[in-house]
Amino acid sequence: MGALSGIRWVQGGFAARPIMATPLRIVIAKPGLDGHDRGAKVVARALRDAGHEVIYTGLRRTPEQIVRIAMDEDAQVVGLSSLSGAHGFLFPRVCELLREAGLKDIVVFGGGIIPERDRPALLKAGVAAIFGPGTTSSELVTFLEGLEV
Amino acid sequence: MDRRELARALSSAETITVPARAFEPWRVLGVTGSPGVGKSCLVDRIVSCWLERGERVAILAVDPSSPITGGALLGDRMRMASVDAGDNVFFRSIATRNVPGGLPTRLNRMVDLLIHEGWTRIIIETVGSGQSEIRIVAVADRLLLVEGPARGDIIQAEKAGILELADLIVVNKSDLEGADRVADGIRLSLNLTDGGAAPVILCSAETGDGIGEVISAIDSLPNVRGPAIARARERLLATHQEYLLSHPKFSDVLKGLSEGRMSIEEALSILQRG
Repeated sequence: MGALSGIRWVQGGFAARPIMATPLRIVIAKPGLDGHDRGAKVVARALRDAGHEVIYTGLRRTPEQIVRIAMDEDAQVVGLSSLSGAHGFLFPRVCELLREAGLKDIVVFGGGIIPERDRPALLKAGVAAIFGPGTTSSELVTFLEGLEV
Repeated sequence: MDRRELARALSSAETITVPARAFEPWRVLGVTGSPGVGKSCLVDRIVSCWLERGERVAILAVDPSSPITGGALLGDRMRMASVDAGDNVFFRSIATRNVPGGLPTRLNRMVDLLIHEGWTRIIIETVGSGQSEIRIVAVADRLLLVEGPARGDIIQAEKAGILELADLIVVNKSDLEGADRVADGIRLSLNLTDGGAAPVILCSAETGDGIGEVISAIDSLPNVRGPAIARARERLLATHQEYLLSHPKFSDVLKGLSEGRMSIEEALSILQRG
């Protein structure tokens, strides 16, 4: 299993949900050299099933490319997935470049293998939330739907 | 308008007010074909070639929204390495949002804006299945149909009707067995029709074989538009469908119809009144 791994499917969770008037546009991105994207794809799928429009970047994108993609796709949310241990550099870099590009309103969340001790620094750098193994898809959806974007 | 403003403006196509684009020289290439024939990979190759010679290329990639949840997974971008390559390329994923009639109108306005903003080449990549594919001719100036080997017999393509509207047909995956037979089959079928047949070109987006020929074939497409009546028909139908969908009484009429309180003739007469 890959980033944001361990998400459990909530049986029948989303089919009964009313279709959202305007879906969120969410970029799910794989920064850096990490090649594991099963978790990112599971998250993309769960968000799609919750009625959102999800753009998956594919593997090995630079922070610069991710910011460009978020801008061009007019996304409100960016989800970053990393399992390689480089989150300490890559996640804050994406947040910084988003601010430089005037995109500070975009909400960034992270997932993958992010040790507890690394999390305060990431949150301080602008990551809104971190979802590790064991997160359910409904926790993630509840987080996104509580956002004011 | 900077890049960010452009991206925002494309999100609310209904507020775009730039004048409609001129049709010459042609700039908008529609790329269609069944799922899995290699549309995205071929587009990636075409974009790279155009970028190399200094064009500013914008790609609008259409993917379906779920009819149940309204959500969409937009994955065309991950297959195109060239589109994250700099300032001269712009890629936007578009979900159909379940308004098949409205999509061509939305796309038309987006294309007008992109051309107004100085993008020299626009590619529209379609969903790859269903009747809405034909509607692409309401927006695209030229239509490229992608085919591949091992897709059953070519009667499948003739059934869809899109073969007659294509300005250029590319048989992709020429590195796989049977591609040349598919190309021959299409040529034979096209030659049975009167008038100038669309060119049929073999290539492999995977290896790069034949991509040069595809690019020159695109470059030498005549400036005169293809089947004018068919195009006009799709534009008219698309616009009319959007008009019906946006009628203030549309949901009342739907309800009446579904509950059997209204005949289809009565429904139409209500919607056709202003």
